[in-house]
Amino acid sequence: MDLAYTEEEEDFRARLRGWLAGVLPTLPARPDPLDWPGRRAYDTAWQRRLYDAGYADVHWEAAPTLRLIFLEESERAGAPYVGANFVGLLHAGPTIAAEGTEAQKRRWLPPVLRGEEIWCQGFSEPEAGSDLASLRTRAVRDGDAYVVTGTKIWTSHAEVADWCELLVRTDPAAPRHRGITWLAMPMDAPGITVRPLRTLAGSAEFAEMFLDEVRVPADCRVGAENDGWRVTMVTLSFERGTAFVGEVVACRRVLTEVARRARANGRWDDAVLRRRLGRLNAEFAALWRLTQWNVSEAQLRGGGPGTGGSVFKLRYSHARQELYDAAAEVLGAGAWDADEEWTADRLSSLSYTIAAGTSQVQQNIIAERILGLPKGR
Amino acid sequence: MTGPVRFQLTDEQRALKNATRELLAARFDRDRLRAAVGDPAPDRALWRELGAAGFFALRLPEEAGGVGLGLPEAVLVFEEAGRALLPGPLVACQLLAGAVDGVADGERIVGLCDGDREPVLWEHPCACDELILLEGGAPDLAHGPGGAQGRTVGAYRSVAGKVSRAPFASVDPLTPLARVTDHPRTTPLNGPDVTRLRREAALLTAAQQLGSALRTVEMAVGHARVRTQFGAPIGSFQAVKHLCAQMLVRAEIARSALYAASVTDEATDVAGAKLLADEAAVRNARDCLQIHGGTGFTWEADVHLHLKRAWLRAGSWGTAGEAEELLAAQLVG
Repeated sequence: MDLAYTEEEEDFRARLRGWLAGVLPTLPARPDPLDWPGRRAYDTAWQRRLYDAGYADVHWEAAPTLRLIFLEESERAGAPYVGANFVGLLHAGPTIAAEGTEAQKRRWLPPVLRGEEIWCQGFSEPEAGSDLASLRTRAVRDGDAYVVTGTKIWTSHAEVADWCELLVRTDPAAPRHRGITWLAMPMDAPGITVRPLRTLAGSAEFAEMFLDEVRVPADCRVGAENDGWRVTMVTLSFERGTAFVGEVVACRRVLTEVARRARANGRWDDAVLRRRLGRLNAEFAALWRLTQWNVSEAQLRGGGPGTGGSVFKLRYSHARQELYDAAAEVLGAGAWDADEEWTADRLSSLSYTIAAGTSQVQQNIIAERILGLPKGR
Repeated sequence: MTGPVRFQLTDEQRALKNATRELLAARFDRDRLRAAVGDPAPDRALWRELGAAGFFALRLPEEAGGVGLGLPEAVLVFEEAGRALLPGPLVACQLLAGAVDGVADGERIVGLCDGDREPVLWEHPCACDELILLEGGAPDLAHGPGGAQGRTVGAYRSVAGKVSRAPFASVDPLTPLARVTDHPRTTPLNGPDVTRLRREAALLTAAQQLGSALRTVEMAVGHARVRTQFGAPIGSFQAVKHLCAQMLVRAEIARSALYAASVTDEATDVAGAKLLADEAAVRNARDCLQIHGGTGFTWEADVHLHLKRAWLRAGSWGTAGEAEELLAAQLVG
């Protein structure tokens, strides 16, 4: 057991730090959250800079420890996160890299790395949330294309995406996991209607997507027809890997700021609140150690994160909500101010126990796949 | 340094952990555990065997007859002891193996008391040949009660017979207790630093809590798989599954914190690890009891042994409140 980094890793960290220190002051101002074209331009420009500096494929090619260092240092320096590049870099890209043909890799991967094309995700449906395999969006083969009809929901960046990684049902008669196919849908195809979905935080992070006989070329299928569920599982395992590294670093910084604010406004004298913040300090320190543990395991064993990702996600999503509840207590009436940053973050933290597998589904996964308890309801 | 050294057990550490588990399974099985409930005094033959296996001398240098290993290895061994519910003043003997003659090889048994608590309690008073009393040296707290500022720091040794004591009916049948009413502070213990002793006592206590927490997960899951109600194993019901899942999460988060603290040996890391390990041990034992239903409420089931020991350990060498205050102080320090 060791927490030290190798010389090579420390060199990587030092070079990255130097580069970030030089490049970050030259970035333009961040765009308004509701300015989608502006966000796309900002995020893709950042990805292009990463590409030119040799960091573009850190999510794909780098050893897990280097990825951890990259995310840690990026957050510490206040660098932009993947933003609109999220699906391309962390979902669709890795899936294509793992399951695509050589021609597909050549077509789709370089534009993602260079920040030229944006992807969105069309997995969830109004009637298929936690139970994703019950999805109903139909795709019928017609010559050299699939004709797709259905509704998708929770599609981030749909307004500005070039491509959508789409799960469709190609064999309604097959057992539900075996009739699903993974398609790359061009977002400029006729028949796609995107409607922004306003969240309780007031933002429009997500969209609904209505598909009316959209023709998707058959060569945009990744993996075999009806093998899309397995192909998708490759994608999802990336999502539960180092996805939260930057956020844990950020939470620890916010916790320190919350404690300092409490000290400044007198709330620190409340022993109950103070102890709560002390407990959160232990909690986030442990979550950081668990991240290092999981990353080390992935590095030793190779491949993606195991079911340990569920343990992390379950605990982290809850801790993040606790952090912003504590921040609200420190703010007092300031927490009612919708323009207060911690209030906005408190609202967005409410999605964490729902998105990417609800806490209840995570608990089922832990109970069944790690502890070996029998399936049931 | 070569290659990516990772935050994972090395092959040697895994082997040490497995060997400890096998030794305890062979020499302290369930029959022995239940016999100890009636007679919790450490078995001197087993104690010498533990000594011979290096249980106490683990961290002494090899030239002093020790094994030359470090805190991470001690934590792994104590995790196994906690899992097996091995009774006896284990932490005291591990910490004082180099300071008190005869302890390293298991010939003599020594106790360790926290003189800053009221009452001052002594574990296994009848089994100890000697008692060490610690005064002061706890981490300073910026706020709140229990700060050790201004107190004299010292460690005193005394033969067991010279310590005045009063009976104390321990809630844990595996941990007999006495209340120390007077301890002759005439012979200082030379060598170990009191602050370090406290920190390591907390760490090794937390390690036992982790072992217990992981064991109660196994017990709960084992029961939930075979216990049938309403025509199905109760482990197929989500209400039970989710209890089990949260038990594992508590243990795993404590494990990360504890193993890291064993590497850094920092006061705040140790406090955080103990806080999470205490919570994992106590709450997992509670959930394990709940999953066992009526059986869990019986003396015959082992669940109460884990819970009662977890309660005692949670109050030893740093409480939740003290840990939280220390960790809060770190945020604004």
